[in-house]
Amino acid sequence: MDQLQALLTDVLREGIGAKTAAIAIVIIGLNVHFGYTGLLNMGQAGFMLLGGYGFAISVAHDIPFVVAILIGFALATVFAMIIGFSALTLRGDYLAIVTIAAAEVIKILGNSERFKSLTGGSLGFPSKKYDPAFLNLSFFPHYKTWQILSFNYADVSTSAGFRIFGWLVVLALAVGLVLAGMKLASGTRKILVMVGLGVVLLLAALFMFPLTELSTGDSKVGDHVASSTGWWVVFVGWVLAAICTGIVYLLTRSPWGRMLKGIREDEDAIRSLGKNVFAVKLQALIIGGCFGALGGMVYALSLGAIKADDQARPMTFLCYTALLIGGAATLLGPIIGPVLYFFGQWTIEGIVRFYVPDSFLSDQQAEPTAYVVMGTVLMLLVIFRPQGIFGDKRELRFHV
Amino acid sequence: MSEATARADALASVERTPGSAKPDPILRVDKIVRQFGGITAVDVEHLEVQRGIITALIGPNGAGKTTFFNLMTGFDQPTSAGKGGAAWNFNGKQLTRTGAAAIARTGMVRTFQLTKALSRMTVLENMMLGASNQPGERLALSLFPPAWRKREAEVHAKALDLLARFKLDTKKDDYAGSLSGGQRKLLEMARALMSDPTMIMLDEPMAGVNPALTQSLLGHIQSLRDDGMTVLFVEHDMHVVRHISEWVVVMAEGRIVAEGPSDTVMSDPAVIDAYLGAHHETDLAELDYDEIESEVAEEEQEREELG
Amino acid sequence: MVGAIVVAFVGLLCALSTAPPAHAADDETCTQTLESACIQGTLLVRQGKQKNLPISGATVVLTTPSGDEQTTESDSDGKWHFNVTEEGTYKVSLDESTLPSGMSVEGKNEVSLPIKFGTISANSASFSINASGYNPNQKDKTAEVMQGIYNGIVFGLLLALASIGVSLIYGTTGMSNFAHGEQVTLGGVLGYWFCNVGLPGIGTIGLLPAGILVVLVCAGIGWLQDRLIWQPLRRRGLGLIQLMIVSIGLSLALLFFYQLMLSTDTKQVSKKTVTPHYIFGDKVAWTSLSLTAALISIAIIAAIGFALMRTRLGRATRAVSDNPALAMASGIDTDHVIRMVWTVALALAGLSGLLYALVIQNGITALTGSQILLLLFAAVTLGGLGTAFGALVGSMVIGMIASVVPTLGVPDDLKYATAMLLMILMLLFRPQGLLGKAQRVG
Repeated sequence: MDQLQALLTDVLREGIGAKTAAIAIVIIGLNVHFGYTGLLNMGQAGFMLLGGYGFAISVAHDIPFVVAILIGFALATVFAMIIGFSALTLRGDYLAIVTIAAAEVIKILGNSERFKSLTGGSLGFPSKKYDPAFLNLSFFPHYKTWQILSFNYADVSTSAGFRIFGWLVVLALAVGLVLAGMKLASGTRKILVMVGLGVVLLLAALFMFPLTELSTGDSKVGDHVASSTGWWVVFVGWVLAAICTGIVYLLTRSPWGRMLKGIREDEDAIRSLGKNVFAVKLQALIIGGCFGALGGMVYALSLGAIKADDQARPMTFLCYTALLIGGAATLLGPIIGPVLYFFGQWTIEGIVRFYVPDSFLSDQQAEPTAYVVMGTVLMLLVIFRPQGIFGDKRELRFHV
Repeated sequence: MSEATARADALASVERTPGSAKPDPILRVDKIVRQFGGITAVDVEHLEVQRGIITALIGPNGAGKTTFFNLMTGFDQPTSAGKGGAAWNFNGKQLTRTGAAAIARTGMVRTFQLTKALSRMTVLENMMLGASNQPGERLALSLFPPAWRKREAEVHAKALDLLARFKLDTKKDDYAGSLSGGQRKLLEMARALMSDPTMIMLDEPMAGVNPALTQSLLGHIQSLRDDGMTVLFVEHDMHVVRHISEWVVVMAEGRIVAEGPSDTVMSDPAVIDAYLGAHHETDLAELDYDEIESEVAEEEQEREELG
Repeated sequence: MVGAIVVAFVGLLCALSTAPPAHAADDETCTQTLESACIQGTLLVRQGKQKNLPISGATVVLTTPSGDEQTTESDSDGKWHFNVTEEGTYKVSLDESTLPSGMSVEGKNEVSLPIKFGTISANSASFSINASGYNPNQKDKTAEVMQGIYNGIVFGLLLALASIGVSLIYGTTGMSNFAHGEQVTLGGVLGYWFCNVGLPGIGTIGLLPAGILVVLVCAGIGWLQDRLIWQPLRRRGLGLIQLMIVSIGLSLALLFFYQLMLSTDTKQVSKKTVTPHYIFGDKVAWTSLSLTAALISIAIIAAIGFALMRTRLGRATRAVSDNPALAMASGIDTDHVIRMVWTVALALAGLSGLLYALVIQNGITALTGSQILLLLFAAVTLGGLGTAFGALVGSMVIGMIASVVPTLGVPDDLKYATAMLLMILMLLFRPQGLLGKAQRVG
């Protein structure tokens, strides 16, 4: 019982943690590419890496924080333009090959001994070089321990019966949210219902699985504490994710966003209506890439180091899986997708660690097992529910 | 009928030979050649299209009509580009090196043989995309609705207007992918009109449309002409053409073989030859398989260019 | 460049007491506890054809925090170690006079190491040695480049085996198969299984029967994969992008499945030692194994080329690649053609993986195929998407670049990046690929 409580608390911590927020921002960018514009960008991890490196290395060289962020965006923009000029005038599958190769080049350069003094090579660029600047911005108190929802199940009853009842309520709310996402027709009403249910679910989950963390990791007191611990980075991550969602909301409801969808449906039709398709695709590639770079920065802050190997092809594929779980070309898909993805991954890993005998699957095998399941989920999703769990069923009828 | 008479009068003095000069040409084409591998799909020496009338471009399958359309609208580049005086000119503008989007912006808008309705967008969204001068299509302004809301309202009103005219107003919130083939043709035509073009190029607007809808399509085409637009349309059925077009251009094997008013051109021996082919008195069984295959290949190529 | 640079790495390892003993050293006298630590390293000469030649008998000097000096000599493997029982900053240096004549330390000949018992951070340092006069096996630049070209030809041919499959699948179905890398891995893994682990009831088998069995099994898997996955999906009318994402999912699932089975170790296939032979004086080294691999590849590629040009099925394959609708209209059973393409493509990928594990990488890891995948795509794109002959040419170019650029001064870990940059640049200037037809690009 307590082990299960601990496992589920871990799952919740990861599911709503800063890393998930970072991936959500990256996927918001990927959704602009793949979901709205139909650009098959297979190198989103490269944008992440450029954003993370550009930001972190700049900060480590005492460049002002805001300028460092802009440098990350600038790198992503240049990267998008190189890719765009070589592949956006060609058939769609060329873009996939060029983006995947370009991201691989970034990864190799990041790992290279040649640039070790800059990037830290394969050992990674340690967070203690860049996160003090981030922690100093925190308006949360430093070095305090905060429990989110200080009123929780322990104040009512710690009996097994009450806890199981509470877990069932959480489960019911989660199922309700998924069902609402699947059944409701897309529109503002659906978004409102899902956001409302989501907030209730989050509160209920935190009530049953209270999370305790530092308010802000602090570099001044005692040994360096990475920003990856503490609520500050979680808060910043989700606020940024919300802002990015807002920007995408405005963009996709503008005439410019209408062009994106038009290009996804049929480029030539849009060209015949006098629109400069190449320019719009390049703009979309740059914007989505900058979201990727921003996500990369948050990702860097949520981990102990920037490692090129962490942000290679499997990361891009993970983003696609999570986006397709949430539903491509939907507003909330990029948020719900990674949350569900990480819930799934950590649940599988936890089950392998705690409940599968080591003789069958050892603890080291927990992570690969989760990835095997996720790869299979990706295949099944594309085949049986291509619009994603929360996508609109009506769109299914028309193959593109 | 006075306008119709005026149009007929203007054409009365025009020679009925391929490449003849028109009194007021809106489109002027010179020495355009397009080859696919070894096959010459289009080889047009000279062509002028008269302003303000309906011109039909007819010819048997594989005559190169669609390829010619693609060349004119920038969706394909002529093999002859840059050499031997290859050029075309629309409404006084040289278009020889212009891209498809820029050509559309000069006022020459086209439709496609295989309709390009944007399936996963609503009919209304399809229409709104046709409008020009929408500042909200500029990325920098798109985030500030006040900058484009006024134009959006105008475009919206115009779209509803056109949808009503084409009797699609009841479908405005449906996905375009759910429309019937004929309705998609109508939608595509209506969408092309959103930008107030001076010339509209329709690629087989009647193909795959049921007879009832064909009549209304023909009516729409005529009303475009009455609004002052120039219409050039591709059709392979001569009889459809007869009723509505003032001038007919006949293509065969990539070349223009005849021109003239619809009633006279049909009896031109070159046209009959083109339609029934040089084989028209030979037995079908004697047809050369390779030749048919190359024709099919060319058709496929054209379709590929489109799709 | 006369005077090769001989680099000796002094790797200093301060492993944790919790680290598995295998990592500490082969020498069990050097142990890590909460009360002691181990400082150790290996002196290696990195050079041309004989990589990582150990330097034996060199004296290593350790200065303790209290200023005492201890010395030790490197053994025949170039290994040396010190056991220390005191925390503090140690200094390690090499006695240059004990190095083989002509060698000298390049840069600073002293490494400081703060030693703490039970810390998490492992310290390591290295310094290099310039040996202007010492050249037991002097190699000039030409020899290095020539060796690179030979290796490039072998590597290119192995890449071609796999990339022709990618190209044929792309040509006939329009789909980029992201799971192809994992099929390459499968060949190596099966080879390891047949040769080293052994089949239940039969035991290990020789390399030749194992090779044949690998090809047959992989062909069967190709047939099954098309029957069970790709054909039903084509029938469902799944779009090309969706198919591509399905192959990504498959590649992820397979990659991590291999990792589950193999963990992250390199598994050597058939541990026969091979002695190199030399041609062109002693400029280029070749082994009978690498030459055999190259000849097998050439023979198979030639057979595929002949089949495509001359046989009925080959002509049908080309017809489907050129124009599927026309091919179907002319009565070609496209499903049958595509089934055969998958079968052949995956058989070739398996063979390529087995040969790769034998002659290029000296073993197979779960990641092998996924590392090669992008080289395959680069090769296919370079040669022109969907043309089998183009895939061969592209593979040779990519193999050559990856093998030759390191000999021209590009760091070894950037060789693949160079190949991929070249592909991206080529798309800027010649998007249809080296051999593609211009008008096929949309």
